[in-house]
Amino acid sequence: MAQGNDNATIFKSIDWMTVCLYVILITWGWFSVCGASYDFSHPDVFGFGSNSGKQMIWAFTSFALAGVLLTIEKKFYDMGAYVIYGAMILLLIVTLVIAPDTKGSRSWIPLGPVKLQPAEFAKFAVALCLGKYMDRFNFNMHETKEFFKLVAIICVPIIIIICQKETGTALVYFTFFMVLYREGMTGSLLFTAFAVVVYFVVGIRFCEDTVSVNLPVIVGEFVVQLLCMIFTTFMTWIYTGNKTALKVMIGAGWGTVFLVILFSVYVIPFNVCLVMLVVNLLFVVYLIGLAVYERLFRYVLIAVFALMSTSFFYICHTMFDHLADHQRIRIEVLLGMKEDLRGAGYNVNQAKIAIGSGGLYGKGFLNGTQTKLKYVPEQDTDFIFCTVGEEEGFVGSAGVLVVYLLFIWRLIAVAERQTDTFGRVYGYSVLCIFLFHLFINVGMVLGLTPVIGIPLPFFSYGGSSLWGFTLLLFIFLRMDAERNMKRTTF
Amino acid sequence: MARSAFESRKYVIGGIAFVIVVTYIVRLAFLQLGSEEYKTNADNNAFFDNIIFPSRGVLYDRNGELLVYNQLAYDIMVVMREVEGLDTLDFCNTLGITKQDFDERMAVIKDRNRNPGYSSYTQQLFIGQMSAKDFSVFQEKMYRFRGFSVRERCIRRYATEHGAHILGDVAEVAPSDIERDPYYSPGDYIGKQGVERSYEQYLRGEKGVQILLRDARGRIQGHYRNGALDRKPVPGKNLTLSLDIKVQELGERLMEGKMGAIVAIEPKTGEVLCMVSAPSYDPRLLEGKERGKRMIEMSRDPMKPMLNRAILGTYPPGSTFKTSQALTFLQEGIINSQTLYPCSHGFHFGSLKVGCHAHAAPLAIEPAIATSCNSYFCWGLYHMFGNRRKYKNVQEAMTTWKDYMVSMGFGYKLGIDMPSEARGMIPNADYYDNAHKFSWSALSVISISIGQGEVTLTPLQIANLGATIANRGYYITPHVVKAIEGGKIADSLKVKHKTLVDPKNYEIVVNGMRRSVLGGTCHAANNPWYEVCGKTGTAQNRGHDHSVFMGFAPKDDPKIAVAVYVENGGWGATYGVPIGALLMEQYINGKLSEDSERKAEEIQHKTIGYGTRER
Repeated sequence: MAQGNDNATIFKSIDWMTVCLYVILITWGWFSVCGASYDFSHPDVFGFGSNSGKQMIWAFTSFALAGVLLTIEKKFYDMGAYVIYGAMILLLIVTLVIAPDTKGSRSWIPLGPVKLQPAEFAKFAVALCLGKYMDRFNFNMHETKEFFKLVAIICVPIIIIICQKETGTALVYFTFFMVLYREGMTGSLLFTAFAVVVYFVVGIRFCEDTVSVNLPVIVGEFVVQLLCMIFTTFMTWIYTGNKTALKVMIGAGWGTVFLVILFSVYVIPFNVCLVMLVVNLLFVVYLIGLAVYERLFRYVLIAVFALMSTSFFYICHTMFDHLADHQRIRIEVLLGMKEDLRGAGYNVNQAKIAIGSGGLYGKGFLNGTQTKLKYVPEQDTDFIFCTVGEEEGFVGSAGVLVVYLLFIWRLIAVAERQTDTFGRVYGYSVLCIFLFHLFINVGMVLGLTPVIGIPLPFFSYGGSSLWGFTLLLFIFLRMDAERNMKRTTF
Repeated sequence: MARSAFESRKYVIGGIAFVIVVTYIVRLAFLQLGSEEYKTNADNNAFFDNIIFPSRGVLYDRNGELLVYNQLAYDIMVVMREVEGLDTLDFCNTLGITKQDFDERMAVIKDRNRNPGYSSYTQQLFIGQMSAKDFSVFQEKMYRFRGFSVRERCIRRYATEHGAHILGDVAEVAPSDIERDPYYSPGDYIGKQGVERSYEQYLRGEKGVQILLRDARGRIQGHYRNGALDRKPVPGKNLTLSLDIKVQELGERLMEGKMGAIVAIEPKTGEVLCMVSAPSYDPRLLEGKERGKRMIEMSRDPMKPMLNRAILGTYPPGSTFKTSQALTFLQEGIINSQTLYPCSHGFHFGSLKVGCHAHAAPLAIEPAIATSCNSYFCWGLYHMFGNRRKYKNVQEAMTTWKDYMVSMGFGYKLGIDMPSEARGMIPNADYYDNAHKFSWSALSVISISIGQGEVTLTPLQIANLGATIANRGYYITPHVVKAIEGGKIADSLKVKHKTLVDPKNYEIVVNGMRRSVLGGTCHAANNPWYEVCGKTGTAQNRGHDHSVFMGFAPKDDPKIAVAVYVENGGWGATYGVPIGALLMEQYINGKLSEDSERKAEEIQHKTIGYGTRER
């Protein structure tokens, strides 16, 4: 086929809806950066001295980058995936060696007037590599060996980036497990990870309060045991379909606990958790019995889950008490147990004040006070969402979230229409990265997730992140644009 | 194909995205729509309200003499949240306070009971009213004490040592005032007593505010919206008091060593020319930081120097009250100018006896006033209360009598523009019905006719009686403020209150009072310059009698009405008459003659021994 024709087809096939959402987000982001870096005494929005001026350059160069990326054929990535991955790993290692120490992190390479952070760009390499690997004929993720190779592809950059002291960026790579889930990884792994987080948060957060006088048990312990009981019961049901076991567990286990709670509340208050612990341990014994009887290995896995769950509270607690003071305080502040407004909690509290003061419609463009008078830290990078909240209010900030949701949904749809595993895995990688950034960044600003310094895509000030996200997205859009071509070619 | 088996997982991932976004939107709604708390926090963060205090209105006397003015002083302020790494020892030494003072003051600032508007973001008063000298020491080192700043304030200064009770004073606002009026914040000043209190609304002006933007490090980043929302302070209004400070000064001089009160009123206007309460104090004692300590000392003084006896003391008016009786009897037709009553060293009726001194008898109303005959007024009341053609019963007569008294300004507050006032006591029929179980007559209450018994008046009410007689039948609510700069005094202070008695009857009483000066009990008040009318009183008391004088001058164009009340002063003529006469002379002539000056000197140095008995 003629090249000109190709390009015309490509141009028509580009997913313009995604491009639109991309442009909307970048523009909205630029206005936010204007708001965040605005200086009351020196109003200068377009000057290159100000962050808003610089961000405008980053935005235009990103558009240029996007244009260039749209001309690079999918073949190139398909063939070069491993090479790119290898080169990126090498670059990360080199960075670790040559990068100067900036605020304790060794991840920035100075290139003349700008600095680049390879960790931001390595994501797309991992995404390509995963896609390429899973695109092989007869690939089966459920072969343990294959699965561990995938884990290795993800974990190697994580380890290097942690060595660069960029824990936040490293965490982003865990989002690839979501992609693996889409491709068939068992959901129980994701669920177990989720359960661990819930146990930890609930167990530590409520380790001192008791439920009531009639139910003298520690809230954290009580809830964790209860969740353990419920999770174990339903996992047994979902993964084995054993209805007898479900009835036994609900009838005997839940029933006992229910009666014991009633007894404690209305007759003599005592520590119900002990009974719950015993019930959970009996579940474990029961499951192992079933495993032996039915010769089904899954029962053993569920039994392990149950055993881990039920003992988790006590293990966590022992560990927590042995943490160094500053680490413990960080966790306590994060979980809202301590109001440390001057120290670790200051950022989050100021962020909440900034957002909360926005009200329904906000204070208006460039009228925010909290985000300009430097009450909010990192106000134009990690905490950029504060500016949206303060100046545009509930309407604006909810609007940003909705646009993001549409963006991610659109990417899901686009990823699902890929004809090969390579394109689909890459597409999911891209959208999962965006989702993870959104989840952590906005969550942190709202005081819901830990303070991990990762940018909000297209909003946070900075060239590396903007280029990085553009790179991720437009490689995918080009791949997507070729979907029609393939039909005609083959 | 394997992939189709997992395609439905796209809904899980899309669902996760949905749940995250919805959760965050709900959270946003809580933060942004839930409460105003964050908005307030943000404003407290970023806006620094720099309060600019207006200058308080100053006080002049009726002749334009400055009485009370302002002087610059310095308040040390603290913003708790900004205090960091304070070298407490150095700080305390610089201010000349002890560590204990420091801790105490900090505790008070943080105590929400004593400092209801406390916020760690806003300026709190740490030490008030430093002098320029003390402040200069602190100023040099101020940069070292993060969180502390200085506010310029005006404090009150007195140009006179007189008139403390009228002028009143200013001090830090009390928590109850802050609760009642949101204008005030802790550390503000408010009028506490006297005119400072009653005219607080005019004197205080209006605070101005500069809204400044402050960054996270507390640095001022300029005016919010270029100062569009700033407010300039509005200075307080200056007041011209009706007081003549020279008369006041003389009054206080004459009352040295005595207890009691003097009130002088300009009859035509109701303006109070002087209001002395003795013992008094120097208002300058309450200037500045020492106020609290001095207040406690004075409140423990058994002579109660802080009590304004002129309006809060209630006394039996004694014989000065007879004028009001004469007016009532004349108006009711119980007597006329010719009616004669006997007096045989008093009023005798059965076993009842009200004594009197030696004078010609029987006698008519004018000489009865002049000689202050007890018997005459007892007979008058007896005939009035016993007159069954005019009144159905004694209760009706009593009610009529009471109405006359009330119309002359007795029994209720006169409504003077001072923070508090006593109403005195005028008994009514119910009162005696209760006291005597309905069986009573003129004889049971006969002593009210000579200003004894249940009747009590404040010195202000006695002076007002003088003004009413001088005006021949009306009075204007007495007031101490003559004019408000750029404002008007209250209409209630200009109202003419007419009594129930006709002017022609007043002429009779005026003649009686004139005769009293010419040849009666008040002859010491006579002088060659103008015609004085007066009435003495010797109010019976469990101890030594009170010496009372009520009068006005000149007779036909009254310029001043005076009441003098000297506790335990004996005869009215002993203290009351000369003091009253001297005040009239000072006011009408503008100075005292040599003779009078000598007399004043003499009275000034006469002291009445009161012991330390509570009164």
